[in-house]
Amino acid sequence: MALYCHTLRHDPQNPQWPDRDRFILSKGHAAPAVYAVMAECGYLPVEELITLRKLGSCLEGHLVADSPPGVEMTSGSLGMGLSFSLGQALAARLDGKDYRVYCLLGDGDLNEGQTWEAAMASAHHQVDNLIAIIDYNRIQNDGFSDYSRYEDKSRPQRIAGWVSEEGHTVNIMALQPLEEKWRAFGWQVLETDGHDLSALIETLEKAKGTKGRPTVIIAHTVKGKGVSFMENNPAFHGKAPTPEQAEKALAELA
Amino acid sequence: MTTKAAATREALGPTLVRLRREGLDIVVVDADLGSSTTAREFGKVFPERFFAVGVAEQNMVNVAAGLAATGKTVFISTFAVFAPGRCFDQIRLGIAQPRQNVKLVGSHAGIITGEDGASAHAIDDLSLMLSLPGFRVIVPADVVEAEQAIEVAARTSGPFYVRCVRPKIPVIYDESHEFQLGKAHLTRPGKDVTVMAIGVMVWKALEAAELLAQQGIDCRVLNMASLKPLDVEAVLAAARETGAIVTAEDHLVHGGLASLVAQTLALHQPAPMAFIGMQDQYAVSGRWDQLLEHYGLTAEKIAEAARSVLARKKG
Repeated sequence: MALYCHTLRHDPQNPQWPDRDRFILSKGHAAPAVYAVMAECGYLPVEELITLRKLGSCLEGHLVADSPPGVEMTSGSLGMGLSFSLGQALAARLDGKDYRVYCLLGDGDLNEGQTWEAAMASAHHQVDNLIAIIDYNRIQNDGFSDYSRYEDKSRPQRIAGWVSEEGHTVNIMALQPLEEKWRAFGWQVLETDGHDLSALIETLEKAKGTKGRPTVIIAHTVKGKGVSFMENNPAFHGKAPTPEQAEKALAELA
Repeated sequence: MTTKAAATREALGPTLVRLRREGLDIVVVDADLGSSTTAREFGKVFPERFFAVGVAEQNMVNVAAGLAATGKTVFISTFAVFAPGRCFDQIRLGIAQPRQNVKLVGSHAGIITGEDGASAHAIDDLSLMLSLPGFRVIVPADVVEAEQAIEVAARTSGPFYVRCVRPKIPVIYDESHEFQLGKAHLTRPGKDVTVMAIGVMVWKALEAAELLAQQGIDCRVLNMASLKPLDVEAVLAAARETGAIVTAEDHLVHGGLASLVAQTLALHQPAPMAFIGMQDQYAVSGRWDQLLEHYGLTAEKIAEAARSVLARKKG
């Protein structure tokens, strides 16, 4: 929302505008959220959102380039977004254009080695028109990235991951110290509360003024924020709520 | 045939420089093998259009996709064992599915990479690349054809894979040769049997045709450089007119030329076939000419295979 409604220079009526800022979703499984915001901006009719994942819809299960027009990159296999974003940032510089490239990464993206290849190369090429945002919710497909969101501290913590009684894997791949990692790779690192829109916008503005190196914004988030039974619950990572759960969730969010 | 020899990879750098000078919007992304693939020569002339990303082939592929998405013609090159070998998923989702205008030149393909051994022998790259919808797959037979294939790839929108090799192999064509996308090249006419070959094996097929001629067998040699799109007409005509087919490739006989031709013939024009290539195994280190000998990728073996399919045709 912060990006599409405030930060991005874009024109929903002209999705191929060569001077547009680019938004690259590396964590392609977040496609429904992107479709919703794009519909809000006028890239597609809001009524079309209900066709998500259905045969014949342009709203595929994971993002597909140009479907609908305005989607920049096909994603769904983690770790490719930052590389693609770097390519776009290099193209802008070569063409003397002033657009920026924003890349949204998830915890899973940070498990992928390719993301770190791209992180190293981005600093190497000094692309200050590249801004990465990490949706740092510490939950991934099988469970919790690390211990910090796993609330039961009474049980012994193990070096490798283990499966909790609830059936979630705990400590899949610890990402800390995250800030130091990105700094060591040559990036400017900014942190913010990913749920505070004005703080996020302010941080994005700060990132835009940076010269000589790329910026990463670590946006601290809680998965399922605002819905009591979804918050910080890995069970909803890749699963849609039942109709009853959806109703309850909407009531809580209203 | 002249006695000149050159590696097909030698065509890459100079051709890219020429095409850029002719106005094509070419950029190159390189993963620290530009000296070997000769892509570095482009970087020497156009440093601002040459992006080094270090030994990171996966990153190279998606950086190339990002550049291509802005309208550029992007060339990437490395050893074929690394791309497609190491980054098939990136090529599949980053280039093939969105049909990005990226040209991958896989160099050092086949067992003729030689002494470097199994880790350097791409014998499965065609199998991988032929499995990607929308990708055009080209295997030049010599440096003349390589230059033409690279130019066609550069001037034709969409993804291309061009397979090149390390050693200096005989130059079989002169400047009158014309590589055409989707067309097999009738390198030697013949009516008794057809050898369909790619890459270094076109030269071996021509030698085999000489051997067969001495035995009174008139052998057609088709250079199948345009593997995809395949010249189905030429394949069917060969089966119809000669009735006996041998394929020859420096690649596994599964998933490459042999599979493609067999599938085409099975559907439209079944004919006795034999396959010269690597048989479900990895090669070892050795001089490239020794390796071809060791694994039976020779003119003699092609001629032998031709006689065997001929016998089946007559039987």
